[in-house]
Amino acid sequence: MSAEVKENQAAHSGTERRLNMIEAINDALDIMLERDPDVIVMGEDVGYFGGVFRCTAGLQKKHGKTRVFDTPISECGIIGVAVGMGAYGLRPVPEIQFADYIYPGLDQLISEAARLRYRSATEYIAPMTVRSPFGGGIFGGQTHSQSPEALFTHVSGLKTVIPSTPYDAKGLLISCIEDNDPVIFFEPKRIYNGPFSGYYDKPAEPWKRHPQSVVPEGYYKIPLGKARTVTEGDAMTVLTYGTMVHVVEAVCREKGVEAEILDLRTLVPIDIEAIEASVERTGKCLIVHEATRTSGFGAELSALVTERCFYHLEAPVERVTGFDTPYPHSLEWAYFPGPVRIGEAIDKLLKD
Amino acid sequence: MADRPDADREAGANKPTLRLHVPEPKFRPGDTVDFSHIQVSEPGAQPRPDEACDAKETAPLCHDLIRVLADDNRAHGPWDPKLDPDTLRTMLGHFALVRAFDERMFRGQRQGKTSFYMKCTGEEATSVAAAMALASDDMVFPSYRQQGVLIARGYDLIEMINQIYSNKGDKLKGRQLPIMYSSREHSFFSISGNLATQTPQAVGWAMASAIRGDSRIAATWVGEGSTAEGDFHSACTFATVYNAPVILNVINNQWAISSFSGFAGAERTTFAARALGYGLAGLRVDGNDALAVYAAQRWAANRARANAGPTLIEYFTYRAEGHSTSDDPAGYRSAQEREEWPLGDPIMRLKNHLIALGEWDEERQEAMDREAAERVKAATKEAEKNGILGHGMHQPFRTMFEDVFEELPWHLKEQAEQATRERLIKFHGGRPQ
Repeated sequence: MSAEVKENQAAHSGTERRLNMIEAINDALDIMLERDPDVIVMGEDVGYFGGVFRCTAGLQKKHGKTRVFDTPISECGIIGVAVGMGAYGLRPVPEIQFADYIYPGLDQLISEAARLRYRSATEYIAPMTVRSPFGGGIFGGQTHSQSPEALFTHVSGLKTVIPSTPYDAKGLLISCIEDNDPVIFFEPKRIYNGPFSGYYDKPAEPWKRHPQSVVPEGYYKIPLGKARTVTEGDAMTVLTYGTMVHVVEAVCREKGVEAEILDLRTLVPIDIEAIEASVERTGKCLIVHEATRTSGFGAELSALVTERCFYHLEAPVERVTGFDTPYPHSLEWAYFPGPVRIGEAIDKLLKD
Repeated sequence: MADRPDADREAGANKPTLRLHVPEPKFRPGDTVDFSHIQVSEPGAQPRPDEACDAKETAPLCHDLIRVLADDNRAHGPWDPKLDPDTLRTMLGHFALVRAFDERMFRGQRQGKTSFYMKCTGEEATSVAAAMALASDDMVFPSYRQQGVLIARGYDLIEMINQIYSNKGDKLKGRQLPIMYSSREHSFFSISGNLATQTPQAVGWAMASAIRGDSRIAATWVGEGSTAEGDFHSACTFATVYNAPVILNVINNQWAISSFSGFAGAERTTFAARALGYGLAGLRVDGNDALAVYAAQRWAANRARANAGPTLIEYFTYRAEGHSTSDDPAGYRSAQEREEWPLGDPIMRLKNHLIALGEWDEERQEAMDREAAERVKAATKEAEKNGILGHGMHQPFRTMFEDVFEELPWHLKEQAEQATRERLIKFHGGRPQ
């Protein structure tokens, strides 16, 4: 159990409540709808039905149809109206049903939401948290599996946040909703219901045995721009986020490698201090993400580590990523950067 | 051509062969212009349905042209907004100021004082008269040719020119292309350079106003060419789905840079008729008839304010000048078009109306035009004290990094330091700005 969880549990009179990531996200939305009348939750199927992944279940019934509602199937429209709502003074939390569907909304995100504060010199802002399930491992095929985070980290004016546990998901989502900048909040859907070791052929783990499934009731925040140290170790630093946090952790455990795994949690702004401190200590750096390799966020991480920690490095930075292909349906597990690909990279770094 | 099996079968046998239709405007440079194909409806002949009517009752008006001012310079019919002479003179004053402003700013660009300018000549009524029909705190999401809205709302000319010059007085910190104004104080949304993005935003703002039980409505302006953008379709869909208190103004000025309205579908139907498919109320209006513009905008505003629904209004007008200072229309359209435009000039028509009412004369008009030109000249001189584009009197250097985010993150701090260092090197150790 992390120090943060312990601290929070103390602060919340020790009520130990275990939630999966969907429930934690639902809890965060519920709390923010309750606390702030400006918060609006909208998206395809999020209203009466409660979302295709159930993240908004019960929210419309509790908070009313003008606070939580369904939208037309138009990502451009969803983001576009959210910009207008933000200009009015609301704090919309639009859901894009799958990250793969976000592309029709890109112009509204890149040219509008991300630029509004700058171009109007703060006269207008677009405070919105765009929630969207991302990543593969659920047999979603090429249009329900992508990890497009690097498209957003490349855009000035957008923050990109990716939780990997129920506890973090709730605290980060509350921080995002309160943030006055537009935030892309990608939810790794493979781990909605439980952490994932990377072995698709082993029985699924539920969240309830994971220490970070203890989610206190009520309001708490996890600051944006701060990484979480998942495991401490000297063998190497592993920079990762989302589903891959759990896969890396499982591989290291299995191989008996004492790696320092950093769950980055926020990609922009990145926690450069945590990265530098760890890599300077371990001298080796492995970067793991599920997204395609070329121009992926790993390339940025690799450049940062090389530029800033070069004289501490004992080996070239290693990247483990998805392949530069669409996410194939039947060959999903050959695409996924699983234990074999990660294990090979770890072995290489250990040998160097 | 591909060999097709069963080519003889009825279903696959096209005779003659398929042809792609690429629209072509009626007149090109040098052509004699004849606009007799343009429908010019009888002023006063269009019915004015109840503001709370079922949207489909407006269907005939989507293919008609709502007109009030006739050749006799009198106002006719149910759409006559019956404005008092003082209001009409105020409107005429805004017109004079907009035209004087456009003239001077265009000249300023040619003199190298700024990089870019866009006139709205011939389209003044679609912004000035429309703005006057709204409440001053109704939120407007303009495109780039609605300077008339700002002028009608009393925005300071010096502020406008500071923005156009991107000088040290520019409250947008020199970040935006000239004329991309923003004024929260005047409920005027920040203009984007991307087209039609403002349309779903206006709908979102209107939805927010409705969510909060406010009484303010939203209005947006978009060119007929930009209605081809997906954003416009999203805006219409969201507007109708949520019955949003919003007005979608389509300025059909016939030209999108060099592409005539046929490239947005005008050969097949009107832009107002887009409303029908969405279940929006639709009005097609003579955009050079200030009274008709005012009346239509007020009809839609009253409708929106009564929770009776959104309206799509097509203002049929003509872009009398180039798209911008970077454009020369002589390269793609006949110069005669402007002279032959069957709906005249909006300022002239309003002026003649006031004269016909016995409330105005040529002398007073000349004095008004002179005064407008003087006002703009004085504002220009005042703004020039803050500098003109590219003459060093720009915003402080550090402002480049501000407002990307609410707080400056580490990577932008580092880049700001680098930029400061570059200035020091460039000016040989001199003080960076």
